[in-house]
Amino acid sequence: MKFSAQSKAFALLLSVGLVAGCSSTGGTAEDGEYGSDVGAVDQEGGSTVYGGDDQRGVSSSAMTEKERMAAREQAEQAALRDITVFYFDFDTAEIKPEARDVLVAHARYLANNPGRNVRLEGHADERGTKEYNLALGERRANAVQRFLIVNGASRGQIETVSYGEEKPAVMGSSESAWAQNRRVELVFE
Amino acid sequence: MTQGIWYNPSKTILAAIALVFVAVSGVRAELLIRITEGADSAIPVAVVPFAESGQMPAGDKVSSIVQADLTMTGEFRALSPEKMLSLPSRREEVYFRDWRLLGQRYVLVGGLSRSGDRVQARYELFDVNREERILGETAAAPASNMRSLAHHISDKVYEAITGVPGVFSTQLAFVTLDAAGGKPRYRLQVSDVDGKRARIRLESQEPILSPAWSPDGKKLAYVSFETGKPVIFVHELASGKRTKVADFPGLNSAPAWSDDGRSLLMTLSRDGNAEIYRMNLETRQLTKLTNHWAIDTEANWDASGKGIFFTSDRSGGPQIYHMETPGAELRRITFGSRYNARPRADSNGEFVYYVHQRDSAFHIARTDLETGEETILTRTESDESPSVAPNGRMLIYATDQNGTSVLTVISSDGGAAYSLPGSEGEVRDPAWGPLVR
Repeated sequence: MKFSAQSKAFALLLSVGLVAGCSSTGGTAEDGEYGSDVGAVDQEGGSTVYGGDDQRGVSSSAMTEKERMAAREQAEQAALRDITVFYFDFDTAEIKPEARDVLVAHARYLANNPGRNVRLEGHADERGTKEYNLALGERRANAVQRFLIVNGASRGQIETVSYGEEKPAVMGSSESAWAQNRRVELVFE
Repeated sequence: MTQGIWYNPSKTILAAIALVFVAVSGVRAELLIRITEGADSAIPVAVVPFAESGQMPAGDKVSSIVQADLTMTGEFRALSPEKMLSLPSRREEVYFRDWRLLGQRYVLVGGLSRSGDRVQARYELFDVNREERILGETAAAPASNMRSLAHHISDKVYEAITGVPGVFSTQLAFVTLDAAGGKPRYRLQVSDVDGKRARIRLESQEPILSPAWSPDGKKLAYVSFETGKPVIFVHELASGKRTKVADFPGLNSAPAWSDDGRSLLMTLSRDGNAEIYRMNLETRQLTKLTNHWAIDTEANWDASGKGIFFTSDRSGGPQIYHMETPGAELRRITFGSRYNARPRADSNGEFVYYVHQRDSAFHIARTDLETGEETILTRTESDESPSVAPNGRMLIYATDQNGTSVLTVISSDGGAAYSLPGSEGEVRDPAWGPLVR
């Protein structure tokens, strides 16, 4: 799975390299801030990644290391963005800690791709009442929406809808089924 | 063709939108009736099979429908005809001592006579101990409408004994879900109170929720997801005509009619989170009734018609609140558990019924509005959507039975249960129709 994510990342770099001009914004990528800087490094390093000699930058070995890190970061971000379903505890709309990195990756992607839109579909498990669950599903979708916006997405890119308990992902009345139904699904349009 | 007490749906089929088909002419579905338990204090009553003169129409006998009606309430225990020592059809033939021997408190006798297209019923109800007639009447109906005739008799008998109007001529609205074959099919249906003569009013591939009867029994409001999001429609039953009344951004849900039929309570989130509004159906003007960051939903009028009960999680989890008049201070009604939702007040102002979590189960419970005392009414554990009968004596709700959602009727003190399993998948979201005089 890691391989396919990496090859996806390379494919991404390929397309970026092909499309990008020779402009270099030239920033150094700092720890933990690869998000926007990856783009800049890509544009410089795209050609280098495919095995050319790179005479720009400090020294060829240092740039290659940076490029490798950038590529890895890109792959990790893409892998994170493979996750599009977020789960919640009963009767809460609190985003779980493990979801945060993934949502940040989505937010950054949306920020970098202002033409892309997503729909957030909020759900609840079957317990309790239908109408309250409709509102709960909406609250969950709204929570995810807020998180995305705070992390860079713009409001106009995000649509929300709640299905309450009406569209379970998993049928059944077990704790496991319920846990899988308390969710927000992120759907790219 | 004689109308009877019926709604006669239009034969016009409207143009099909991509996902929704409005079926207004009779696709019938029968729901079975099964009595699950009776109350201990049930009154023994003997419904003697009526004498027949002339050709009777096919179908259940009038006396067996009356027997089933009275039994459904949990307040009566009907004597099986095999145990009857005689089958009187008029007073002269009634030997009260026989009925006392059989432990009966009341005996109903009568006769049906056919004349052309109509059937006439003559019936009498006797108090066995006092050897007194307490009800006697002649009623008639088209031969095609024997069930309505029987329900009319049940209503009269029930009221003569209990003093409370019977609800046997009322209707139920509910939603069925048929998920067989991959694509889900939701159907909004209306049936007799015993589940018989069910007719489909709306069919959709997307969810239909929360049917609500107008006070005159002529319209249903409901939530439909046919456009991809929840939208409130008002649906005229006789004509099949539908009007979209709320399609704001966000939620449009939980419709509830005012007593005069002129406005709807609804839950909208157009201002950012779920709040309760009142919409004047004529002017479409909205009045906002709650204003809190919490979820406020599932509003329903109280017995006075001036205040509302609703669900709010402003205290951290869903609880029932009461607002005496729109905009007045809130009174919290439920305290006993962390989840209480979907209030439905009875029309006497005595109780409010709701879904109540106890440990890991969801039951139907009620609170006495005077004493504050809370009682759990059901032993089933995944209960939803309680709806009170217009005479306050029974309650219908949806619950899970062996993995399928079924409707169950209980007496409002929880004393008896009566199940209506669906023959076509899941049955949910029941709404008890009004008394229509």
